[in-house]
Amino acid sequence: MTKSRDIFASGAGIIIVGLLLGCIAASLQKLGNPANMGVCVACFTRDIAGALGLHRAAIVQYLRPEIPAFCLGAFLAALSFGEFRPRTGSAPILRFLLGMFAIIGALVFLGCPWRAMLRLAGGDWNAILGLAGLIVGIAVGVAFLRLGFSLGRSYPTRRPVGLAMPLVMLILLLLAIFNFRAGEGAALFRSTSGPGAAAAPVAISIVAGLIIGFLAQRTRFCTVGGFRDAILMRDFHLLSGVIAFIVAAFLMNLIYGQFHPGFTLLAEDGSVAMQPAAHTVGWLNFGGMVLAGLSFCLAGGCPGRQVFLSGEGDGDAAMFVLGMLTGAAVAHNFLMVGGQPPQPLASWAVILGLIVVCIIGITGRGRPAGVR
Amino acid sequence: MADGNKVDARGLSCPQPALMTRHALQVAELGEVRVLVDTMTQVQNCTRAAEQLGWRVSVEEKEGTFELAFRK
Repeated sequence: MTKSRDIFASGAGIIIVGLLLGCIAASLQKLGNPANMGVCVACFTRDIAGALGLHRAAIVQYLRPEIPAFCLGAFLAALSFGEFRPRTGSAPILRFLLGMFAIIGALVFLGCPWRAMLRLAGGDWNAILGLAGLIVGIAVGVAFLRLGFSLGRSYPTRRPVGLAMPLVMLILLLLAIFNFRAGEGAALFRSTSGPGAAAAPVAISIVAGLIIGFLAQRTRFCTVGGFRDAILMRDFHLLSGVIAFIVAAFLMNLIYGQFHPGFTLLAEDGSVAMQPAAHTVGWLNFGGMVLAGLSFCLAGGCPGRQVFLSGEGDGDAAMFVLGMLTGAAVAHNFLMVGGQPPQPLASWAVILGLIVVCIIGITGRGRPAGVR
Repeated sequence: MADGNKVDARGLSCPQPALMTRHALQVAELGEVRVLVDTMTQVQNCTRAAEQLGWRVSVEEKEGTFELAFRK
């Protein structure tokens, strides 16, 4: 092992990177990304689905450059350190479904684990229920893992399989840079109001995304892995990075004046307003994230981690990412998204999702892998 | 698969390689346990799991496979 690998893999390394990622996320908000949404893999993937025309929710359409930059940053890191390994074959279709249901759950809450933490760091107390749900979902996933759950092995494969996702992401990034439009009323679509209209300058988003992707690939930063390893093995390595992320985002929010505590906010006219891109329906904040946490746990990592893995040649993680893109479109097209009030099928989406994902968990016990 | 002192965790997702390593080390208690993985991430994860239990590790790479030898 080289010295540089040791630094990234060390306890100090993950904490420093967690702090950096928290600072970058809060700064992206300051520079124009939506409030408490400096980085949200679920929301940004949903915005990309909208930009591509996969759903019709006009306020959440923007080809967020951060997501392709995450993948390409991880790709560059993997290439530079000899870790680019094309591999696939570990239940790709189930990973696609897990990606779909993970993002459906996340969009009921309104945020992936990264955003749940950024919402907490911004004073949105609804995120407490979301994070509680996430941890419960992960704990259920851990129970399945203890019973021997596995999606099976992946195997080394040809280079094009590993290069496919970075190439797709590169094309998306170019489309974003050149603000491509096929024609009048055609993709790329772009929100003129709402969260989809709020964005940091493209160049900054790209640089931030590349840095995050690079550092996260090196340190294996994973918001779901943090809680999972703590529950499963009393290993607090990844969790220390996650906590550093929250602390840094919180401190930066204080500095930027972005910390507004409460379940709701008081508008200027004295009326009660929602926290940014949030709702106060407790059961959905909790339940949505149970579904998301369980899905991420069974798939082996948080949505950010799946994007980073897809950048280092993991074709199965790429299927998960495509599942998230599809799930985001399904969530909006079938009115499953959380809100104040929530869309009509939000509760049903959580219930159905939990049933499907639990079936995947229960039936995935074949050939126990030496697990207690 | 785990047969006491030899674990093949190649191609498995997080956290299975670390979990299998941990289990094998707990069963073995002392001696030598060998684990096969195929990414540096899993080398680090398994190493962390083993060091937590007080095992020493040496790593060898052969054609894309890492063989970890844990001793206690």
